[in-house]
Amino acid sequence: MMTSLPPTHEQSDWIICEHCDSVYESAPLKKHESAYCVRCKAVLARGHRLTVEQLLALTIAAGMLFVFANVFPVISISLKGLSNQVTLWQSVQALAHGDITLIALVAGLAIIFAPLLQIVLLFWVLIYAHSGKIAPGFKMCMRALEHLRPWSMLEVCLLGILVAIVKLAGMLDVHPGVGLWAMAMLMVLIILIAGRDIRRLWDELGVEPS
Amino acid sequence: MNGIPFAHEKGVVLCHTCGYVCQEDAHECPRCESPVHKRKPNSITRTWAFLIAGLIFYIPANLMPVMYTSLLSNNSQNTIMSGVLEFLESGSWDIALLIFIASVVVPCIKFLVLGTLLITCQRRSRWAMRERSRLYRFIELIGYWSMLDVLVVALVAALVQFRGLSTIEPRIGILFFGLVVVMTMFAAMSFDPRLIWDAEVEDV
Repeated sequence: MMTSLPPTHEQSDWIICEHCDSVYESAPLKKHESAYCVRCKAVLARGHRLTVEQLLALTIAAGMLFVFANVFPVISISLKGLSNQVTLWQSVQALAHGDITLIALVAGLAIIFAPLLQIVLLFWVLIYAHSGKIAPGFKMCMRALEHLRPWSMLEVCLLGILVAIVKLAGMLDVHPGVGLWAMAMLMVLIILIAGRDIRRLWDELGVEPS
Repeated sequence: MNGIPFAHEKGVVLCHTCGYVCQEDAHECPRCESPVHKRKPNSITRTWAFLIAGLIFYIPANLMPVMYTSLLSNNSQNTIMSGVLEFLESGSWDIALLIFIASVVVPCIKFLVLGTLLITCQRRSRWAMRERSRLYRFIELIGYWSMLDVLVVALVAALVQFRGLSTIEPRIGILFFGLVVVMTMFAAMSFDPRLIWDAEVEDV
């Protein structure tokens, strides 16, 4: 738990609740510990669950799963001897249809580009952080990661695939593809690696304010 | 309320991008170089604008078809609600409920909650501040699940492409529906939850 501020204290040890602007003195947290704001009950900070090395390993795994999820079809169907299958990219393309192309951009961002950029940027900052260095363009990468987070919607995509399977199962033969399994694992990894936890690199690498 | 100081009382301001504690007069975070504001600029006006845009798009999103199905010389157009009803009639009430929650309940909750938050903040209400704070975090959490229907239509339309036999195509309603999701996400992002607590202080 955080303690409230004594009158004189180093500012760099302060932590501000982003939901209500309360100021606390930060205290080190152990694994699985969380600190909550007394005023608004929002989470202030969590103990780190993974080391930088583990994060890097998971990012590399996520990169490989991303390739699998995008190269292999996620669903295949057959109807009267004809068969068809679909990858994530093809389903985004299906929306790029005349007037409604704009929505294809949103869907493409949500299920392909945002996760891809997250993986690439994380790999870049983590591979340097692994040897204790600050990656070139670190500030830009970290800012981009913060802004990408709300637009990465793999968990919604996974649920969408499952709903599509049930929807079509009534009229055709539907088979989940390799891409679906890769997608499911990728979703878990993205949740683990791309959360707010990555902000700790600012402190751990000792990025100096200019 | 409980004696915990606010950032402005300590002469500091939070950087939302990296969490750095900046000096109150800073315009840019010295650590990550993002713009820093005491409160998100024009938060209430912007949130209203995105919210109203979302509400306007919500009308065609529900009235216009989202999907055109031609299955074995049997043509039909589905709106979001008729898609839900179709699932219900075919006996899969669980999927019907899921889509109903993602495409109807979630956007409506977002409209209602953001509207309530905006009105109470404009009136500097001290009513249920902690609960309103929780509500805001809740809609931030559930907001993007509304994209579900857009992605289902995309997948189904990409899959069912058997020339002459059966095809499924997306229709204009899905564009409006996607825009509703994007607008409400922007609305939630431009709302500043710290405004809820500003009612406690006199001079913000």
